[in-house]
Amino acid sequence: MAEAVMGHGAGHDASHGGGDHDGHHYTATGLNSWKVGFWTFIGSECLFFGTLLSTYMVYKGASLEGPYPLDIFDIPLTTLSTFVLLMSSLAMVLGLDGVQKGSRGKAAFWLGVVVVFGSIFLGFQYYEFNHFIHEGLTLQHSVFGSTFYVLTGFHGAHVTVGVIWMTTLLVQSLRGKLTPDKALQVEIAGLYWHFVDIVWIVIFVLVYLIP
Amino acid sequence: MSEMTHEGAHGAVHGDDHGHDDHSHASPGFYWMIGGILAVLTAVEVALFYMKPPLEQPLLLILSAVKFVLVVGYFMHLKFDSRVFTGVFMAGFVLAMFMVSALVVLYHFLPPMQVPAVG
Repeated sequence: MAEAVMGHGAGHDASHGGGDHDGHHYTATGLNSWKVGFWTFIGSECLFFGTLLSTYMVYKGASLEGPYPLDIFDIPLTTLSTFVLLMSSLAMVLGLDGVQKGSRGKAAFWLGVVVVFGSIFLGFQYYEFNHFIHEGLTLQHSVFGSTFYVLTGFHGAHVTVGVIWMTTLLVQSLRGKLTPDKALQVEIAGLYWHFVDIVWIVIFVLVYLIP
Repeated sequence: MSEMTHEGAHGAVHGDDHGHDDHSHASPGFYWMIGGILAVLTAVEVALFYMKPPLEQPLLLILSAVKFVLVVGYFMHLKFDSRVFTGVFMAGFVLAMFMVSALVVLYHFLPPMQVPAVG
């Protein structure tokens, strides 16, 4: 193990059980500490969304008065927003590929697509929430309203954070500061963005398609 | 153990962090293909929703799981990265799945618990 780590330069600071190479820190396993930390964060986020999803599932069908899910869900609209979010994930990996290959134009273009698609998704969610509130479904109205808004609202908050994060990367890219040695930053931002996407994959089926 | 660690170290240093060409885990064409599959699977899910075939719900869950695995495996690069990342992710994910399943079974499938009257 030590040989493997030392042999690849990750053991610059082996006496501390980790290393530092070009500003990147490594754990004793030789793995980048930022990535290990971020995957741990994503694992904990699974539990966070797991609790929200559990609550929604437990109270499914328990509302005493409408509107009920089948009355107000607009499946074609939600399908479109789901498609937009899925394609933003594709744009994210293509943007990362551009950064890794030092293609500034490609990186900026695809990161721009991620920002635009993420914003479109948020626009759909804003429209959907407005429509539901107009139909009488508020946070306090029923168990369905409470669990639905809390689950999808927290997801929307995560998308919002992701859009802001992607915008900062886009600005860096346009300024020419997103060089290949910064690819790890983009990769970690991508992990966050894809996680937001997989959470929606689950929500789309469990909340919208299996009402 | 040593083989896995070496692979992990190699991946972390050469594959993940230095911006060389070997950063790319797959070609853009491959990513487009995965994106296309995700779009098609979403269309199939919505078609199932409207057609209401037998076993609609299990089919929807399976399609959703396939989409989940495609994104995590290829877009998040778990398929290419060190297995340590897979383990770290799966620890949280499996625990979350267990919690969701346990609560759904408890509230929707098991009969309500009889509480004996006091006095």
